Amino acid sequence: MKTIVKYVFLDLIRNKTILVYTVILAALSISVLGFDSNTSKGLLSLMNISLLFVPIISILFATIYFFNSIEFIELLLAQPIKRQKVLLAEYIGLASSLSLAYMVGIGVPLVVLAPGAASFMLVSTGVLLTLIFSSFAMLIFVLFKDKTKGIGAAIILSLFFTILFDGLLMVFIYSFSDYPIDEVVVGILSFNPIDLARVLMLLKLDVAVLMGYSGALFKKFLGSSAGTIYSFSFLLFWVVLPLLLSVRVFKRKDL
Amino acid sequence: MIKIEHVTKSFGRFKALDDVSLDLEEGRTISLLGPNGSGKTTLIKSVLGLVIPERGTIEVNGQRVKNNWQYRSHIGYMPQIGRYPDNMTIEQVLNMIKEIRREHTKYDNDLVEGFELKKIQHKTMRSLSGGMRQKVSACLAFLFSPDILVLDEPTAGLDPVSSEMLKEKIIHEQDSGKLILITSHVLSDLEGITSHIIYMQEGKPLFYKSTEELQEITGEEKLNRIIAHIIKGQQQALKKGKEHENHR
Repeated sequence: MKTIVKYVFLDLIRNKTILVYTVILAALSISVLGFDSNTSKGLLSLMNISLLFVPIISILFATIYFFNSIEFIELLLAQPIKRQKVLLAEYIGLASSLSLAYMVGIGVPLVVLAPGAASFMLVSTGVLLTLIFSSFAMLIFVLFKDKTKGIGAAIILSLFFTILFDGLLMVFIYSFSDYPIDEVVVGILSFNPIDLARVLMLLKLDVAVLMGYSGALFKKFLGSSAGTIYSFSFLLFWVVLPLLLSVRVFKRKDL
Repeated sequence: MIKIEHVTKSFGRFKALDDVSLDLEEGRTISLLGPNGSGKTTLIKSVLGLVIPERGTIEVNGQRVKNNWQYRSHIGYMPQIGRYPDNMTIEQVLNMIKEIRREHTKYDNDLVEGFELKKIQHKTMRSLSGGMRQKVSACLAFLFSPDILVLDEPTAGLDPVSSEMLKEKIIHEQDSGKLILITSHVLSDLEGITSHIIYMQEGKPLFYKSTEELQEITGEEKLNRIIAHIIKGQQQALKKGKEHENHR
């Protein structure tokens, strides 16, 4: 398993898309942080950029990569090695190279220009989002036989979490505004990893109350530390769940 | 060596394999022939554990294929389409598979040397032509001198010299008592290397006979003539059956 992880990783760090992704992230973070003397503001902008682009790029790149590797995965499966191991090794190699791209692109400029706990939080939530959406990509890969359909599903899923989910939540809040639904809203938020990541960042930056409904709610109900632990564990849950599901499906998949 | 018993596999309504039972023994080079969609690739993939049949059992060297992976150390597989990660070099691909199959320490480098892969081993897989990738796939299949070789359209993209080299290697391996399973559409490429023929049709093996037997039955010498003879005979039989029905 380690062997496959190693070679997949070595292949991907020379991948042009990943290199371009790293460079763009680095350029963005340097310009945003250099723009304003207020690091808190700069971090907020970087957070918004990360929350929008990391999920979409991770899931799209990972889905395309998985579907392009299908012949290679077949060759690996014809070797004396367990099915699950091949799949998990592909995931680890892919997720680690995407995470590395994020850590280099965002993390390195942050360490130099704005070291601190909030920066650390931004990097770790970004990495978690990368892991989550690569994991979703793998689930899509094992569920769909056709590459085009798989990419379509990846686009829909990422749009759902970045845009549609919040819209639906707003509709829900407006229509039930006469009832005490605060706890329910916190519960619903846990189903969107992007919202969880946002809450984590906002709690750390101490601008939670300024940044809308979800941040204020978390602050009110969970307090900073409990809220952080809660969101972290749910984010981890979102990494593991698609992974376990895809391993289960893959056991019986025909290639 | 490979024992296939009552294997059935369907994709939706389409039956790719329909109650197939075959006994493939060592020292044979068996060609799997048949029209597109007759279940050749599904059969090969079932043996490799890539496709999981809904009924029936497959045994390789006495080991059940289902929920098992160790048996694959006896198999070398050359896929129809060899696609590899873009930025891996030939050397890396070879090393990777060597590291996965650690239990083998002796390597059969005949093809690696024959195809002169050492000279270009630092080229990335992306920069290789289809035929070059095919050569890498062939080397991987033969590298661990496995007891069983499964070759899916091995000569499809190869130049005549390399194709000839691969054929010689196949004959050599057969003589040392291995089982070789080949699918191919190019019948002339199978001439002289195949000892047995399985002809698949609509998910069922129509016949499984040695080449000598077939030559005797049909009175033909060349492989493509033999196959044509049999198919013609079969079509005529079908026609007659239909005419018979119409008369009634």
